[in-house]
Amino acid sequence: MSAPDRVALELDCRDVPCPMPVIELARHLGDVELGELLAVVARDPAAVVDVPAWCRMKGQEYVRADTADDGAPRYVVRRVT
Amino acid sequence: MTAAPTGPGDLDAASSTPLHPTARDVLLAALDRGYADPRRLHRAGREARLLLDNAREATADALGVRPDEVTFTPTGTHAVHLGLLGLVRGSRRGDGVVHSAVEHSAVRHAVAWGARSVEVGVMGDGRVHDGDLVENALTPGTGVVALQTANHEVGTLQDVGDFELPDEIPLFTDACASMGRLPLPPGWAAAAGSAHKWGGPAGVGVLLVRKRARWRNPFPGDDRVDERSTGFENVPAVLAAAASLQAVVAEREEVNARQHELVDVLRHRVAAEVPDVEVVGDPDRRLPHLVTFSCLYVDGEALVTELDRRGFGVASGSACTASTLTPSNVLEAMGVLTHGNVRLSLQRDTSRADVDAFCDVLPGVVAEIRSRVGL
Repeated sequence: MSAPDRVALELDCRDVPCPMPVIELARHLGDVELGELLAVVARDPAAVVDVPAWCRMKGQEYVRADTADDGAPRYVVRRVT
Repeated sequence: MTAAPTGPGDLDAASSTPLHPTARDVLLAALDRGYADPRRLHRAGREARLLLDNAREATADALGVRPDEVTFTPTGTHAVHLGLLGLVRGSRRGDGVVHSAVEHSAVRHAVAWGARSVEVGVMGDGRVHDGDLVENALTPGTGVVALQTANHEVGTLQDVGDFELPDEIPLFTDACASMGRLPLPPGWAAAAGSAHKWGGPAGVGVLLVRKRARWRNPFPGDDRVDERSTGFENVPAVLAAAASLQAVVAEREEVNARQHELVDVLRHRVAAEVPDVEVVGDPDRRLPHLVTFSCLYVDGEALVTELDRRGFGVASGSACTASTLTPSNVLEAMGVLTHGNVRLSLQRDTSRADVDAFCDVLPGVVAEIRSRVGL
C-alpha cells in the first residue's frame, strides 16, 4: 500500500472546459486502488464546486484542493467504492 | 397579427413571460390615451396623469402597500439599485450591506458599486443561515441587510420577516422572482419587483419604499410626479403592468396550486428517470412554478441546445451558458453540481401534458449527450 496522502494518479485537465474534468475523474476512478488518491488539475472555474459535488453524488471522498507543481488548481479525491 | 410565439415548450417564465391577456388589452388602449407628459396641466397631460395614478393605486392595492410607497422604474434591476443603495445612503450606521450569497446579480452589482459587501452563506437548499445574517447585521458599520424573497434560480423561499433586526437596520428585499405570485413578506423597508416576470411588459420595474424608511436618492434626482423616479414615465406600459399584476394576484391561488403540483411531478420524474441527476432547492417551501436540476457529465450548453431543438426553452446556470463564463453564484454557494444545469419555470398555461412531454424527452437527450463522451 502507498502512503495514505500520496496521489497515485494525477489527471491533466488544465486546458479542458467544464464538464471535462469531472468526466475524466469518472473515467479514471477505476485506475486507482480502493483507498488511493486520484487528483485532477483543472483551471475550469466550475471544478472547485463540481469535483466535491461529484464526490457526494458518487459516494467518493473529497480530500482537498491544493495546487499542482506549476501552481494550477488541483482537486484530490479518495476512491472509496 | 400572428399568434403568440411562445408554444407549450417555453419553460422559462422566470426569464420572461408573455404578456398576460389582460395586460395586452390595457396596453393597446393606453398607447393612445397615455402618451402625454403626466406633469402637464392640459387635457392630454391630465389623461396621462390619471392613468399613472390609476396604475400606482392598482399596484399598491395588489401588493398591500400605500400608493405613495410605489415608484415605477425602467427595470427591476434599476428598482433593486435604487431601493438598496437608497437605504445605504440613508443609513446613519455605515455602508456595510449584509446579504446572502445567493442574491441576484443586480444586488451584487449594486453592492459592489456603492457599498461594502458582507456575504452570508446558505444551506444546501439555498436558504440563508439567518442566525449568521442577524449576527453580521449587529456588527458596527452595517447599514442595510439585503435578502431576496425567493431565489430566482432554485426557487427556495427565504425567511424574510421571520428574523429580528434592530430598528435602525433596514431590510431590503429583492422580490423580483416572486412579486405577484406570492404575497410580500413583512419586515422590509424597501423592495423591488419586475413586471415582465409576472406577465406585464418589459421595461417596468416597481420600487417600494416604506413611508417611514430612511431612504435617500443615491442617483441624480429629477422633477417628476414621483420624487424617487427619474425620466419620462412609460405610462402605457406601467398601466399594463399594473393590470397584469391585479390579474395575476386574483388568479394566483388556482395557478399556484396547479403549478406547485406540476413542479412536484417534474421533481419526481426527473429524479426517477434520469440517472446521476441532482434536483436542487427546497422541495416544498419554494416558488410554485420553478425547479432546477443538474445532470452529471453533461455540458449545459449542449443540453439547452438539444432541448431547444426538441421544442423546449429552458435556462441554465452552467458556466458555459453564462456571459461571464463562470458558474452560477447560486449553485456555487449551495455546493451543488454546476454543470449540466437546467432551470425550468412554468408559464401560466403550461399543462400536465407539456410537463410530461418534457419528462419523456429528457432522459434520451441526457443519454445522447453523455454518449458523446463515452459515458
